[in-house]
Amino acid sequence: MSTMNIALNITKTIQDFLIGMMPEGAASILAMVIIAVIYLAIFAVAGLYLVLLERRIAAWFQLRVGPNRVGPWGLLQTMADALKLVSKELTGTTRSDNFLYNLAPYFVIVASLMALAVFPFTKEFQAFDINIGILFLIAISSIGVIGILLGGWSSNNKFALIGAMRSGVQTISYELSVGLSLITMVLLTGTLQLSEIVEVQKNGWLIVQGHIPAIIAFMIYMIAGTAETNRAPFDLVEAEQELGAGFHTEYSGMKFAYFFLAEFINMFIIAAIATTIFFGAWLSPFGITESIPWLGVFWFIGKTFVIVFLMMWFRWTFPRLRVDQLLTLEWKYLLPINLVNIVIMAIIVWLNLTIQF
Amino acid sequence: MDSMKDFKRESMTNEALQNIINSWFPNSISQTVATEASIETETSATKESVSSNGLEFTEEDSQFLNVTVQPELLHKLMSQLKSNSETQFDYLFCLSGVDWGEELGVVYHLESTTFRHSIVVKVQTKDRENPVFDSVYDIWATADFHEREVFDFFGIKFNNHPNLKRLFLTEDWVGFPLRKDYVDEINMVIK
Amino acid sequence: METSTVNSNFKSEEYFINMGPQHPATHGVLRLLLTIDGEIIKKVEPDLGYIHRSIEKMCERDSYQQIVHLTDRMDYLSSHINNEAVCLTVENALQLEIPDRVKVIRTIIGELTRIASHTLWWGVTGMDIGALTTYFYGFRDREMINDIFEETCGARLTMNYNIPGGLMFDIHPNFVKRTKDFIAHFKTKLPEYDRLLTGNVIFQKRMKGIGLLSKEDAISFGASGPVGRGSGYSCDVRKHHPYSAYDKVKFNEIMKTEGDTFARYQVRVEEMWESMSIIEQLIDNIPEGEHQVATKAVIKLPKGEFYQKVETARGELGVYIISTGTKNPYRLKFRSPGFSNLSLLNHITVGEKIADLVATMATLDLVIPDIDR
Repeated sequence: MSTMNIALNITKTIQDFLIGMMPEGAASILAMVIIAVIYLAIFAVAGLYLVLLERRIAAWFQLRVGPNRVGPWGLLQTMADALKLVSKELTGTTRSDNFLYNLAPYFVIVASLMALAVFPFTKEFQAFDINIGILFLIAISSIGVIGILLGGWSSNNKFALIGAMRSGVQTISYELSVGLSLITMVLLTGTLQLSEIVEVQKNGWLIVQGHIPAIIAFMIYMIAGTAETNRAPFDLVEAEQELGAGFHTEYSGMKFAYFFLAEFINMFIIAAIATTIFFGAWLSPFGITESIPWLGVFWFIGKTFVIVFLMMWFRWTFPRLRVDQLLTLEWKYLLPINLVNIVIMAIIVWLNLTIQF
Repeated sequence: MDSMKDFKRESMTNEALQNIINSWFPNSISQTVATEASIETETSATKESVSSNGLEFTEEDSQFLNVTVQPELLHKLMSQLKSNSETQFDYLFCLSGVDWGEELGVVYHLESTTFRHSIVVKVQTKDRENPVFDSVYDIWATADFHEREVFDFFGIKFNNHPNLKRLFLTEDWVGFPLRKDYVDEINMVIK
Repeated sequence: METSTVNSNFKSEEYFINMGPQHPATHGVLRLLLTIDGEIIKKVEPDLGYIHRSIEKMCERDSYQQIVHLTDRMDYLSSHINNEAVCLTVENALQLEIPDRVKVIRTIIGELTRIASHTLWWGVTGMDIGALTTYFYGFRDREMINDIFEETCGARLTMNYNIPGGLMFDIHPNFVKRTKDFIAHFKTKLPEYDRLLTGNVIFQKRMKGIGLLSKEDAISFGASGPVGRGSGYSCDVRKHHPYSAYDKVKFNEIMKTEGDTFARYQVRVEEMWESMSIIEQLIDNIPEGEHQVATKAVIKLPKGEFYQKVETARGELGVYIISTGTKNPYRLKFRSPGFSNLSLLNHITVGEKIADLVATMATLDLVIPDIDR
């Protein structure tokens, strides 16, 4: 048993290792840099594989096969695509605002990657465990909007501008619903810190503990989360049939890759938040594998994958909503339901009607 | 769903149509048109009436009743054909330009959706330099695009048309391709 | 080029946008000049002529058998019915007696063409509204029909199976069986497609209440086909001026009264059921007989004017031939259904949003080569 006890607390491990070699300040900074690079590497590759997954799932729904030539089962397909994108010429328009045009993709990708730092993949395997975990997540996801608006504006292209405006409106509206549905669950946990939230779920996953209001909160969260990432059925921002390619019309090569990758990583983040808050992060159902902590990573990835599959299923089935219908949905339906739901959840917690195991 | 079928009224015969149209243009000597359907008497009767009320009727060589009208009376005839409650030609299903060799003309095919009778109205002019007719856009909205097409290919202009410019060819094209005297060495392949 | 006429009515808040000619939603090379104010459309002006091939001028120098070959490049999704239109005009002018076998086979293949066209339309409509999977489902069923045609007629898209006088070859021995298999297969699929798209709440909210066309406007603009029938205007040529074997079969004319985009959508979907019913009534009783009537090698129509209407998948196609007795027509005019249907686009989309324009155009079912000829 003790030999299986791999040190899961990565930050502490790396930091202790380095302190032995250099003064403490430099060791902390170096530790942070190393961990950041490791995460970047893992998640950039993960983003690529999410794209491949989407293509295979889409093909499955559409009764065809999908990419399966490049590498066994098409596993090297997105590597090939990434290589192609990197080697592309970075065309820009002559009349675009160069500084903002180049800056915009960085906002988007940096915001996505920053949010990955706080997820608890398994017991103590968490890069950045601050006591305002959920607040941090919600705040970071708001930064991505800036990138989209800058990209659309600085391209100096009417279609891109219309796409960026639509996307800005959509994201800002649905952030409210995301925030409020997460707050509904915080009422159950009493803390914003993500590792504490997982501790609370040892008495049963939060979606079971909170029963009715938690299920409603989860449904609202899924709808609002899909809208946040500009995915179908809320993808009129990128609706090819209407406006070319929306806010990233004028981007090519690596910059386009940033926008594209950021969308898939955002999808992963939304699913990961749902897993952490509603479905118990790395906890196994009924505590089956509690004694083997590193299996928690697989549980986490598995649950996240199921939710990602659900989001992909939405995309390839439903038609898209028009922009005024989208805003009506948020402001006239989701927001009032959310507010009422918070009250119901508060009453249930106060009267101790939660289901505990 | 099939309630429209119950209301199909009797369509008018060609003689009845001819009578009623003639009654709108009263300068006609031939108010009493020949009731036999023989072609000789009809053509001789129409030959008499051509100069008096500006209309000429014939049924030969066609499956519909053809009315050839003078350009000045075109708009009046058309609006009467649509608004009169016994004819009610509310469906203009074909508007074609024709180059008859010496004259340029337009052929209108009309149908009534209530009575299901049809009629063909033709109008011609010998003026090939500047042919002008009245537009029927205010009567049937479909004439908008059709008249632009006739202008594009034949050069016939229409008065009171909302937007008379070329439809298919580019703005700077010279010539009117569907005329019989159109010559284009590059694009036309003559056998 | 056209900016000069549009700019004169310009207000400073209005945007002028060009949609096309290469655009995923305009089903062909159509350029739309939109004047918009935010999301609201103020004016739509179509710019045609990108695929104008002067078919009418070519017909003045071609023989009648050659003209038939030009017609299926016009509306290539109902190519068989276009061929039938010219052949019927010529046959009526020459007063040929067409055997019943030919009439029945023409009707069956015409209805199969209509189903193929509507299936493609359904797939593309779903794709335009955002449900990208429907495109594949629509094409999969269309492939089965294309295979049937390939076996009998020799081609999948431009079939040229009709000639003045009858059919070019007799039907393949497998034709009856394969058609029956297709009908059986499609009957299980169409309810599934209904649940997937027609019953979807998002789809209904995108399509209901937009693109309203009243019955008087439909008649005045010359709308025909499902566009007219969606507004309650009874315009089915198969009922009012029957040709081929349509007077011998029982079928309903599908009409809806709301006149909005969803009504036009429903008309087309239900028409697919009616087409299947027509095929089922005829497929087992194809009369025996010749597949062709002998005509002279050089066909000369008598002097006169001839008009024939048929119902293609888009609406009423008219062929108007003026003949002076020679071997070429003096003037041949095609009255195409898409031409009149397109002219109503400005009327029904002013005041709506760009997303609604895409949805409305999807249900007008325009095929631009049909309009541009």
